[in-house]
Amino acid sequence: MTVEASTQAAPPRPAAPARHRPVFVIALFLALAAVPLAVTLGLPAHWLTLVTRAMIFAIAALSLDLILGVGGLVSFGHAAFIGIGAYATGIMITEGQTEALIILPVLLAACAVFAAVTGAVSLRTRGVAFIMITLAFGQMAYFLAQALSAYGGDDGLTLYEQSTLAGFEPFANRTTFFYVVLAVLAFCHVLVRALVASRFGRVLRAARENATRVTMTGFDVGRVRLVAYVISGMIAGLSGFLLANQTEFVSPAFISWQRSGELIFMVVLGGVGSLHGAILGALAFLIAEDVLSGLTEHWKVIFGPMIVLFVLFTRGGLVGLLGRLTGRRDG
Amino acid sequence: MTTGLLIVQILNGLQLGILLFLVAAGLTLVFGVMDFINLAHGVQYMLGAYLAVTFIGLTGSFLLGLALALAAALLIGLALEFLIFRHLYERDHLDQVLATFGLILLLNQAVKMVWGAAPLSVAVPELLSGNVRLLDGILYPTYRFVLIGAGLAVAALLWFIVEKTRTGMLLRAGASNAPMVSALGVDIRKLFMIVFAFGTMLAGFAGVMAAPILSVEPGMGDNILILAFVVIVVGGIGSIRGAFVGALIVGLVDTLGRSFMNDLLRLFMSAPSARATGAALSSMLIYLVMATVLFVRPEGLLPAKGRS
Repeated sequence: MTVEASTQAAPPRPAAPARHRPVFVIALFLALAAVPLAVTLGLPAHWLTLVTRAMIFAIAALSLDLILGVGGLVSFGHAAFIGIGAYATGIMITEGQTEALIILPVLLAACAVFAAVTGAVSLRTRGVAFIMITLAFGQMAYFLAQALSAYGGDDGLTLYEQSTLAGFEPFANRTTFFYVVLAVLAFCHVLVRALVASRFGRVLRAARENATRVTMTGFDVGRVRLVAYVISGMIAGLSGFLLANQTEFVSPAFISWQRSGELIFMVVLGGVGSLHGAILGALAFLIAEDVLSGLTEHWKVIFGPMIVLFVLFTRGGLVGLLGRLTGRRDG
Repeated sequence: MTTGLLIVQILNGLQLGILLFLVAAGLTLVFGVMDFINLAHGVQYMLGAYLAVTFIGLTGSFLLGLALALAAALLIGLALEFLIFRHLYERDHLDQVLATFGLILLLNQAVKMVWGAAPLSVAVPELLSGNVRLLDGILYPTYRFVLIGAGLAVAALLWFIVEKTRTGMLLRAGASNAPMVSALGVDIRKLFMIVFAFGTMLAGFAGVMAAPILSVEPGMGDNILILAFVVIVVGGIGSIRGAFVGALIVGLVDTLGRSFMNDLLRLFMSAPSARATGAALSSMLIYLVMATVLFVRPEGLLPAKGRS
């Protein structure tokens, strides 16, 4: 079972060096924090919603980067976790439970259980087999959501209420919603970065380079990977909670394989393994999609070649490009 | 569940399996020999169908249209190989996935611009428009029989080329260990071109053959692409035999599951819950099969020799 090892010379190489440059990250978050101000100064009003949505996907992309970039495990079913988060939120709100303090623990537990079960099976495989087995679980979640006829089935579920948080309504106001999402994104980024820097993260990264050697050193690689997979799934579930509250609608399309594919594209676009690259990638992907689709209905004719040219002429994603532009490429 | 219905559904399953095999054969070769993940392979299938619409419409003849559509599909495939794909062979898989995803976006939309977003159809050739009587009162369209036959013929031809010719030998060697083949003095670039042209033609052929029985619409390649990936990992990457077996398994399991899961569940469930569970379970069935196969044999059922 060494399809990868025998034929693939280079495993997905992290774009950014392990040493990260906080300047970029701080600038990125400052720029994001300034978006509501820019909207009051004349940026089109829908940018507030757009960037909120982009940040929600950035949370999911960030969680994917933890296993894909840092762990070297290409999951092609990551949208399932967004879906579980969104559906758990949607179902509980439909049943009259809007309190986030109750929804969130249930939702995180659901994601953790799904991740633990599917991860325990998937992680016994490597390479292409892992990609396809995660796809299989993603598809199963997709068809399960389609079969939930009590909650909209194929048509999706419209939410008539948003979540409340300890009695407050943080999602009712769009600017407040924006800052809530920004805060969650920042929290997740700090959390994941701390994880990667920890001993746990070092083992995870080392296992990406050479799992056998790490095993010989006395670490249980399978368990470390499973824990990373569960954490990643829970963070993605959190983004599903936010997404359901933003769109006030949940549908099986949230879990389609195209969605999982898009998440991978966001991570690769931004720069694999650098964490803030995943955030950049998600922002770039959704904003480019929005701006281009405003220009022409045939925007994909522009967006498609842009992606192709980007891959052909840049390496290491947006983060790699930024690094070269500022001339501070280390490593 | 009558015998007649069972026979018809088995034939439908075979027919889906044959179409999947035609698409998966190219995909598995390109993946196995060139180590290149080509998501745009499904688009070749779609292009085949659209070109069939145009050329059969222009010439008024199915065979002539088929030939022209195949030639055009090959030209487009080679142009893509020359312009884009050959620059990606050395890159890692994620780059390949990203770039070919960009191509899917472009070509799906381009197809919409050229042929419109509405589904199109191709008339079944007149000679084959009749039905064949299987049993009393059970008819099966002649064209679908021809499709199954044509697919089997292509599979046999492919088997002959891969197992009995020198090019086929190089293909098999390439699927086992491409760098070694290159080191032995074979022009690997030329081999890659042949593999790629092969795959493109097969996907295009599948598209043309499917055009009269399916609606021709943008994005029709995306779903078959995912199924084709299921087929090649079930069968074993780089293995034509594996792709054939995998395609038949996926085609039959999917078709039979969709037709009989409901009745099966009705035996121990109420009608509405059987319908809901049946719909979900039958759609999941091939993925359950794939996950099980991968779990038990991660290299697939019939992997290319020397690969694992």
